[in-house]
Amino acid sequence: MPGQEQIRPQRRDEGPDDADAPEPAAAAPAEQTSDIDDILDEIDGVLESNAEEFVRGFVQKGGQ
Amino acid sequence: MTVRRVMGIETEYGIVVPGDPSANPMVASGDVVTAYGASRGIRPARASWDYADEAPLRDARGFDMGRGQAHPSQLTDVEDPTLANIVLTNGARLYVDHAHPEYSSPEVTTPRDAVTWDRAGELVMREAVARLATVPPGVNLYKNNTDGKGASYGTHENYLMSRATPFASIVKHLMPFFVVRQVMCGSGRVGIGVDSRTPGYQIAQRSDFFEVEVGLETTLKRPLVNTRDEPHAVADRYRRLHVILGDANHADVANLLKMGTTSLVLAMIEDDAIRDDLSVRRPVATLHEVSHDPTLQQKVELTDGRRMTAVELLWEYHDRASRYVDERSGADPDPDTAEVLHWWSTVLDRLGRDPMEARREVDWVAKLAVLEGYRARDGVGWGDPRLKAVDLQWSDVRADRGLAQRLAASGRLEVLVPESEVQRAVDHPPTDTRAWFRGTCLRRFPDDVVAASWDSVIFDVAGQRTLQRVPMLEPLRGTEAGVGELVRSAPDAASLLRALAASTDDGRA
Repeated sequence: MPGQEQIRPQRRDEGPDDADAPEPAAAAPAEQTSDIDDILDEIDGVLESNAEEFVRGFVQKGGQ
Repeated sequence: MTVRRVMGIETEYGIVVPGDPSANPMVASGDVVTAYGASRGIRPARASWDYADEAPLRDARGFDMGRGQAHPSQLTDVEDPTLANIVLTNGARLYVDHAHPEYSSPEVTTPRDAVTWDRAGELVMREAVARLATVPPGVNLYKNNTDGKGASYGTHENYLMSRATPFASIVKHLMPFFVVRQVMCGSGRVGIGVDSRTPGYQIAQRSDFFEVEVGLETTLKRPLVNTRDEPHAVADRYRRLHVILGDANHADVANLLKMGTTSLVLAMIEDDAIRDDLSVRRPVATLHEVSHDPTLQQKVELTDGRRMTAVELLWEYHDRASRYVDERSGADPDPDTAEVLHWWSTVLDRLGRDPMEARREVDWVAKLAVLEGYRARDGVGWGDPRLKAVDLQWSDVRADRGLAQRLAASGRLEVLVPESEVQRAVDHPPTDTRAWFRGTCLRRFPDDVVAASWDSVIFDVAGQRTLQRVPMLEPLRGTEAGVGELVRSAPDAASLLRALAASTDDGRA
C-alpha cells in the first residue's frame, strides 16, 4: 500500500481519536435526516418500477 | 503475527433473466461466462480449467516440469454452455457453479488485495451484463446470497494454513468467532427464516441457512466450520480452510474486516496463542439469534457461564489479537495488520455505541439505514415489496442500478480501494502469489496455454508432441519477484518452458 499512512490500532480506553477517524462518528440529526431523504429520492429514481413483480421474479436455485 | 497469508474470495452471483423467471439459470450463467470470455478474446477451448489437479499430484518443488501428464482428451472443447469455465488474465477463475456464475478471485496475500480482486469480480460481472444487454432481455446479476425464498448461494473465503495446526483447535477457537463475526461483516437481509416467513430485518444473508456446527457439506446441512480439505497446494504442508459462512460484501471496510480479522484469529490459533476458552453454548441457534437482532443486544452464552453481546465477544478476540500483535511486532506491525486492527476497533466502537454509526463501514447497517428511511417516510411494514426490492437491488452489479454501488459512488460508503486500482485488477494479477504466473502466461501466451488451474498451467507448444504441464503447488512461488525476469525475457512459450526447466535444475524456481 504505497503512500498509505501508518495507522495504530485505536484502543477503547484511549477514547476517540479524531485524527485517525476518517469520518465523524455521527452527523447531526437534522443533517442525517436530510441525507437519508436525498438517498431515498435517488433510490426512488432507479428502483425497479414494479417492485412486487421484481421481487416475485427473483427466484434462484440453491448453490453452495 | 500478521494478517498476511494466502487467501481468496469466491462468489456465486444471483442471476435473473428480466421478465422470464422460468429461464434456465444454468444456460444464462453459461452465457455470462462466454460473453465475458468473448470480451477478452478468450476462446472457450483455450484457457479452460485443468481438472487434472483435483487429483493428488506428486510434490514438485518449484517449477518441476511434469511432461505429458495432462492428456489432450482432458481438454476437449466443451460445447455445453453450462460447463463454461475460463481463467482470466488476472488469475481468477470464471465459471458456472451449480446454477450461478461464479468468480473465484486469484490468490492474494493481504485483506486489502482480497477486497481489490473481489471488487474486480464485480466489474467482470458488470461487463458481462452490459454485453448481454445488447440482446434483450439480457441478464442481471446480483452480488448477494439469497433470494429470500429459501435458496442460498455462497461467498466462500479461503485461507491457507499450516497443516501442523490441529483441526480440533481450529474448530474450538473459530466457532465462537464465527457466531459473532456477522455483526461486523453481515450484508443484511429483509425477512427472517430461510424463506423469509417472518417479516423483519436481520444482520446476515447466510446465517439462517446454517444447521450444523462442523461438516463437509456446502449445499445442505451447511456447517459453521467446513471441513473440506482440498489444499490446491502441497498437502502435507498446507491446509486450505474453506469458510462458507460469510456474506458477499459491498462495503470495503466490512470486506476487509471479514478477511483480516479471520486471518488474525487463524494466526493466533496456529501459534496456539489463545489459551482460554471462548466456546459458546448452542452455536448454531446463537448464530441465528445474533443475526435476528439488529439492536445488537442479544446475549451470547459461553460454556463457562459468562453472558455477553456479540460486540463484547468480538472485543475479546480483538484484544487478544491486538495484544498478540504488540508482543510479536512491538510498536511496528506491518501496514496491513495495522489497518485491520484500526478498522476492527473503530467498527466495534461504533457498533457498541449505536449500530447506526457504522453505516459507512458495514453493509447491514448501511442497508438498514436506507430501509428505515423508507419505513419512516412511507409508513410501510417489513412485508412491503418495495423494501424487499431495495434489499435485492442493493446488490445489482450495474453501476446505475445497484444501490450499494450508488451509495459508494456518492461518498456514503467508506471506500478503501480506489476504483482505478480495481479496474486495473480486472486484467492484472496480484504480483506476490502464483496467480502472477498464471495470469501473466495467459496474457503473454494466450495461444499456447490450453488449460490452467489453481496449481498448474498447461501449455500446448508448437513442435512438442505432448502437452507441457507446469505444476505450481507452492502458492508463494510463481511471483513477479521470483520469475518475472524469466517470464518477461522469454520471447515465446517454448523458450519460457525451457528456461523454467533449466532454473528448476539449478534448484531455483
